[in-house]
Amino acid sequence: MKDNIVIIGGGVAGMEAAKQLLSLGYTPILVERNSQLGGHVAGWYRLFPDMTPAKDIIVPLRLDVARANVFTGTRVQSITPERESYTIVLDNGISIEARAVVFATGFSLFDASKKEEYGYGVYDHVITNSDLEAWFCGKEDKRIPSDPKAVGFVHCVGSRDLKAGNSQCSKVCCTTAIKQAIEMKEKFPDAEIYCFYMDLRLFGKKYEDFYINAQRNFGVHFIRGRVSEVGETIDGRLQVKAEDTLSGKPLKVQLDSLVLMSGMSCNEGVRNLARQARLDVDDDGFLKSSNNIYGILNSNRKGVFYAGACTGTKTVPETLAEARAVAVEVHNYLKNG
Amino acid sequence: MADFGFRLSKSSTIDLDKIDTSVYDRLCKTDPDVKTCMACGSCSATCTAAPFSGMSMRKVILALQRGQDVRPMLSKCMLCGKCIMVCPRGINTRHIILSICRQYD
Repeated sequence: MKDNIVIIGGGVAGMEAAKQLLSLGYTPILVERNSQLGGHVAGWYRLFPDMTPAKDIIVPLRLDVARANVFTGTRVQSITPERESYTIVLDNGISIEARAVVFATGFSLFDASKKEEYGYGVYDHVITNSDLEAWFCGKEDKRIPSDPKAVGFVHCVGSRDLKAGNSQCSKVCCTTAIKQAIEMKEKFPDAEIYCFYMDLRLFGKKYEDFYINAQRNFGVHFIRGRVSEVGETIDGRLQVKAEDTLSGKPLKVQLDSLVLMSGMSCNEGVRNLARQARLDVDDDGFLKSSNNIYGILNSNRKGVFYAGACTGTKTVPETLAEARAVAVEVHNYLKNG
Repeated sequence: MADFGFRLSKSSTIDLDKIDTSVYDRLCKTDPDVKTCMACGSCSATCTAAPFSGMSMRKVILALQRGQDVRPMLSKCMLCGKCIMVCPRGINTRHIILSICRQYD
């Protein structure tokens, strides 16, 4: 009872942390607000840069954590710091005294309708990266035409955007756009695919090769310029305007479908819990690590740990690595105090 | 009619639906490496003709992608081949210049 570990969030971070803690001999309590474990990754079809099916990660993890105390469809109602522990009350009425708490609360997808000039929710054929993945997974979506001649991707929607309240780079969208551009070209070989970018930030292993592949083998057109506005033509197509910054001239093109690469925002719902637990929140809205180099997993309070995108934008492998590391942090804390 | 000195300015907008990219499309078939250009500008920075003539291999490739006539600029190239040495994508730029010329034959 004294050594209770509560993990808040059942995405890849929370599940991987739970899996590692189980293998260290603990029985963590995993709390997930949705009805199923898996988080954002569960809604994705394939992952860059190797086109790994997302379910190859989610399905085994769900089995791995089955021995933990899993509460799905459950929210943390309150968290109260005690002298040596935290009292956590769930919305199903269960109260837990926990020595260690792991925040694996992740991020929120930026609400693309906030960027009104792109017409998400206004025009018939504007979707987000997340909508496109759902469609890849088999969900019907009338906004995606059956035989598009031209499809566009807008990078940095709600990322690197001070006015939208997100100054940070979401870091996964560049490579995701390239992945989705390739996937669309595979589905519609005759369609022209355009990516509108400010910078291409392809920092990870194999990401640059992925880009070269999109250019060379799939003929994806990369246009350096942020889309300024989207309009609808009389026949229901989309008219996109940007500056072709490499030639210094305005540019326009008509598209049958436009995909907005929504970025990662802080999980607003966590703010309340952070306040109750007296955790520092960074000025970008994400939870603030004790140090951004050697203390990413540590909060400003003893016994509270972080894993994954709750502290900032992360890729899936980064999140998994942090989740593994946090299990060791928790283990050492419980052993040595 | 009196000349009041007013003129209509031609729009400089590039309309991707109206441009003719047939030269670039044919070039992509003979020299597919051209598609991997990432417009870094190394070729133009090292070009011996650039400072005196405005020649820029980066601009040549971009102009082809935007359906523009690149012959006036290409005529400034001295085929020295320095641009090949600096291209980080290993594009044989000199060969591509010759291929482009062949497209116009």
